[in-house]
Amino acid sequence: MAYSEKLIDHYSNPKNVGTLDKAKTNVGTGLVGAPECGDVMRLQIEVDEVSGMISDAKFKTFGCGSAIASSSLATEWLKGKSIDEALLIDNMDIVEELNLPPVKIHCSVLAEDAIKAAINDYRVKNGLPEMVSEKKAH
Amino acid sequence: MKLELPIYLDNNATTPMDPRVLEAMLPYFVEKFGNAASRNHSFGWVAEEAVDYAREQVAKLINADSKEIIFTSGATEANNLALKGVFEMYASKGNHIITCTTEHKAVLDACKHIEKQGGQVTYLEVQPDGLIDLAQLEAAITDKTILIAIMYGNNEIGVVQPIREISSIARKHGVLFFTDGTQAVGKIPVDVLADGIDLMSFSGHKMYGPKGVGVLYVRRKNPRVKVTSQMDGGGHERGMRSGTLNVPGIVGLGKACEICMHEMESEAKRLSTMRDRLENSLMELEEAYVNGNRAHRLPHTTNISFKYVEGEGLMMGFNKNIALSSGSACTSASLEPSYVLKALGLGDDLAHSSLRFGLGRYTTDEQIDFTIDAIKNTVLKLREMSPLWEMHKEGIDLNSIEWAHH
Repeated sequence: MAYSEKLIDHYSNPKNVGTLDKAKTNVGTGLVGAPECGDVMRLQIEVDEVSGMISDAKFKTFGCGSAIASSSLATEWLKGKSIDEALLIDNMDIVEELNLPPVKIHCSVLAEDAIKAAINDYRVKNGLPEMVSEKKAH
Repeated sequence: MKLELPIYLDNNATTPMDPRVLEAMLPYFVEKFGNAASRNHSFGWVAEEAVDYAREQVAKLINADSKEIIFTSGATEANNLALKGVFEMYASKGNHIITCTTEHKAVLDACKHIEKQGGQVTYLEVQPDGLIDLAQLEAAITDKTILIAIMYGNNEIGVVQPIREISSIARKHGVLFFTDGTQAVGKIPVDVLADGIDLMSFSGHKMYGPKGVGVLYVRRKNPRVKVTSQMDGGGHERGMRSGTLNVPGIVGLGKACEICMHEMESEAKRLSTMRDRLENSLMELEEAYVNGNRAHRLPHTTNISFKYVEGEGLMMGFNKNIALSSGSACTSASLEPSYVLKALGLGDDLAHSSLRFGLGRYTTDEQIDFTIDAIKNTVLKLREMSPLWEMHKEGIDLNSIEWAHH
């Protein structure tokens, strides 16, 4: 199976690998997946309290090349977006951008889940109600 | 000498053909094209002579009689013929077969087929080191048991089963013993008499011979074993496997066996030294585990799990330069990791983190050096971006986390 150049580039030179301080109230952390399934993503956002924009995003991923690339791409897209804009990121956008093969679509779903989980964590920390989103079938 | 890339370390999947084998085969395509079953002219005689010679070469490698060699299209066919053929031939004696959970799919799926035909199959579990428990094997035998099917050397972890102990248990109870010798024949000494083997399958392309040709050894004396043919036709191969013989393939397989006969011992020494060096260097990494028994093992194979990194992601770090396999079947529709590793009791996480190395005749020390560096660097790099590694380093017990299974 040949992967796209963009995917290989995100795998080889991943953007925004790292850890934000999860104790801070303006940092939201999403941890999704399971070791047994072969992929775990942790995605974090830091929200600028004045502008309400996502000022930083970091990830760490255990998984295949597509999972690593999907999370790297997600952090790139998150930076500079508002929370509401971030919620619009759809897994199919990731599939298209990285040209993921059908067996790897679950990696993009996981990345979308990670974004939503991070946003939820941020909302709960800041006294906002948790979003109820319909769960995509994996 | 400059190192040529990519490096091939997947010799348990298939081996490159030895040029000496190709040379032996070449006359049998155009010039000596005869059908070995054509008894009435010289074209047929030439082909038959070549097949007879190859049969001797094959028999010699495993200390069999040439009449006991049945040529097939490969080990998968030989496995099917052994299992289904014995099941049908000995139906009046019983319908129970004993095998184990780490067998190749060609054995397991043939057993599933037999179950659908009314057979009873016991799938023995293996111990954490991959070896079967002999007491469990003996306890599983009933008065309906007709066959024990346990592989010689495992394709994924290289573990070599206690063949002589198994065969003596089979003998004691009057049960036939079949072994899948695909990974072992030509790599370690296999002696059907001393090992007490009644039936054995193996394949040309795992021992530097051609693809599309294999063997089922069927014992003729003490006891005389028979299998019901699974391919009807002209009654070739003593009626056990019809179909015009693949003369060039058989000639190639014979030559491959002859070369193994002469070079196996020194090759095994060379490869196990390289394999041990590779293994010991990679084990310098933290949280690396060798899967399977290290003492009872094929000389050219190792299977290592690198905890907290995923196997397919790991391979992507060097698969332009190094070809090998992972126990993580992330690309398969099922997303299930290797059933062999799971049979050892490995958690899915460790099974997903495994790499299989299969060294071969053309593996060099320079290739091993390159591989050690590439894998170490990739493991370290991926651990830096692994949330599981970070948690492990912070002392968090991963089992204490409620994972969102998906």
